[in-house]
Amino acid sequence: MRHVLSLLLENEAGALSRVSGLFSARGYNIESLTVAATEDASMSRMTILTTGSDEVIEQITKQLNKLIDVVKVIDVSEAPHIERELMLIKVHAVGKDREEVKRLSDIFRGRIIDVTDSSYVIELTGTQEKLDSFIGAIDAGLILETVRSGVCGLGRGDRVLKI
Amino acid sequence: MVLTGAEIVVRCLQEEKVEYVFGYPGGSVLFLYDELFKQDKIRHVLVRHEQAAVHAADGYARTTNNVGVAMVTSGPGATNAVTGIATANMDSIPLVVISGQVPTGAIGLDAFQEVDMVGITRPCVKHNFLVKDVRDIAATLKKAFYIARTGRPGPVVVDIPKDVTAQRCEYEYPKSIHMRSYNPVTKGHTGQIRKAVQLLLEAQRPMIYAGGGVVLGNAAEKLTKLARLLGYPCTNTLMGLGGFPASDKQFVGMVGMHGTYEANMGMHYSDVLLAVGARFDDRVVGNTEHFMQESRKIIHVDIDPSSISKRVRVDVPIVGDLGEVLDEMISQLEASKERPNAEGLAAWWRQIDEWRRRDSLGYKNSDEVIKPQYVVQKLWEVTGGDAFVATDVGQHQMWSAQYYRFDKPRRWVTSGGLGTMGFGLPAAMGVQLAHPGSPVACITGEGSIQMCIQELSTCKQYRLPIKILSLNNRYLGMVRQWQELFHGNRYSESYMDSLPDFAKLADAYGHVGLQITKPSDVEGAIREAFKRKNDLVFLDFRVEQTENVYPMIQGGKGLNEMILSAEGL
Repeated sequence: MRHVLSLLLENEAGALSRVSGLFSARGYNIESLTVAATEDASMSRMTILTTGSDEVIEQITKQLNKLIDVVKVIDVSEAPHIERELMLIKVHAVGKDREEVKRLSDIFRGRIIDVTDSSYVIELTGTQEKLDSFIGAIDAGLILETVRSGVCGLGRGDRVLKI
Repeated sequence: MVLTGAEIVVRCLQEEKVEYVFGYPGGSVLFLYDELFKQDKIRHVLVRHEQAAVHAADGYARTTNNVGVAMVTSGPGATNAVTGIATANMDSIPLVVISGQVPTGAIGLDAFQEVDMVGITRPCVKHNFLVKDVRDIAATLKKAFYIARTGRPGPVVVDIPKDVTAQRCEYEYPKSIHMRSYNPVTKGHTGQIRKAVQLLLEAQRPMIYAGGGVVLGNAAEKLTKLARLLGYPCTNTLMGLGGFPASDKQFVGMVGMHGTYEANMGMHYSDVLLAVGARFDDRVVGNTEHFMQESRKIIHVDIDPSSISKRVRVDVPIVGDLGEVLDEMISQLEASKERPNAEGLAAWWRQIDEWRRRDSLGYKNSDEVIKPQYVVQKLWEVTGGDAFVATDVGQHQMWSAQYYRFDKPRRWVTSGGLGTMGFGLPAAMGVQLAHPGSPVACITGEGSIQMCIQELSTCKQYRLPIKILSLNNRYLGMVRQWQELFHGNRYSESYMDSLPDFAKLADAYGHVGLQITKPSDVEGAIREAFKRKNDLVFLDFRVEQTENVYPMIQGGKGLNEMILSAEGL
């Protein structure tokens, strides 16, 4: 099962390696991991996309909580929540492809943020699925490079991760 | 008051009432050693290898309930300490290990004796710190001791660059500590405890399974009280020995791979299992799928939530300080009108006694050759079961666990989790320093003892009258046993040739050494050794070469599939 875990942790040197080290040492999966400081600069928020059985996710949550730098852990995907990921994708765009790429980008509500004679850079935000389908829709031969931020997410409504 | 970083470190250690620092000096810790020199509150114990410093601090911590402290220099000093740190981490022993580091400006530049200590130890500590600012030293050390001793205890490494120990700042030791990210739970959930008590009262075939947490959590007395109140059988893990008195009739012996038949069968066929401060380790329950084939209700009390439902699903998890949880269980029981079902319990005890009659720890003694089990039994008799016993790792460790019967907690010092050969002698040094005048035995083998034999020199320097009992079979016995049983008798590299004359070696270090070859001399030699109150005595017992540890559960098998003796193969 796919789970999105959200962590608040002390914004200290080494905190990231404690988390990533835990995952590798105990053989847990990381599909994506993203981290940055919160509105309180002393604290970071991390989103980890992982997969595992309920038992494994329970252990991951417990092991994360055991890390001294970790303030709080929740599984945002266990209730209604929002997920977003950012992708920047550079595509080859000349001749008839130029128009086609633009049209596709519009359909996916992407934004072209860099233009040259032969390429576009498209910014696309959405769920992991949406980004995957955009990549699927575009001619593979046209893709020059892609970079994705990894999933970040939070609970809907009253569900708030805060200390 | 303005002090240097090094002065602050020493002040903090004094504030924490540290009696001993086990360590070894070097370039990066020169300022720290200079400050240790200038004071006389803390005694420094100079080991001969940094691994031993950490093991000695560990032995000290295990038998005192204080945090053990070690100090090592950067680079090789730090890496040598890692085995000791990992050993303490696996057994949840509270330590603070202070390591020197190259100056902050040199970090990351591959400086002389530089190693990323925080990176190297990250997976084998409870927590670690790199202190880059002299103003952070006091608060960091305060946190380090707090983290080491609270919750599930463990080792904390504090890495301090050399320049930080020379810088100056205003010093004040923090009186209290608050960490928003670290608040160990102490009180168990009352509702869960009520459920547990109800389950215990309804049990037909109950078993209490108590681990090292009972010893570390100072909950042995409470556990004993609860067990007696209920009248239920109790088993200990290797780490838990002494947590319930071995001489009590409710004690069914150690559980696990080399545990007794009655303990393992009792665990397997119990209908309600109360696990206290234990973690269903692979050396205890073996194959979990096999273990879970029998249906039973499991109550698991532990301070560490991540220990619960890690290998085995439990029905009633209770997170909390064992002492507090057991207290509440006892008061709920005492307040309850219900009592365990006497008939069912009597039938269960008849079953357990039947298993007991198999005498799974029986062995054939000999007049010709010394049996290793016999040496441990005699040690137990001679010391009245009241010695501190440290061990190394292997067959001798299992025989010690089986035949030295501990009635008190914090007497048994063994590397259970990591299984570190070389642990015994340095750990015994820490124990002897913590308990001067008390009998301290180190049971070892000729393989293990050579992994930290240099510490005989430390023992001389500090006049530590440890009694070393080496069960010398000229084999790496446990390896040889597995090779005999599972690898077609191919004794690949498990025979040790060219052993030193240990008696002479002990003599060379300034100690007393004796070689014992006849069973009839065993008891006399042990008595003689303990009579010599001021001497370290090295007893080199030439024991049966190919004796195996029984009973035994093979890897992957279940608790009810024990091999009781060689004939059972």
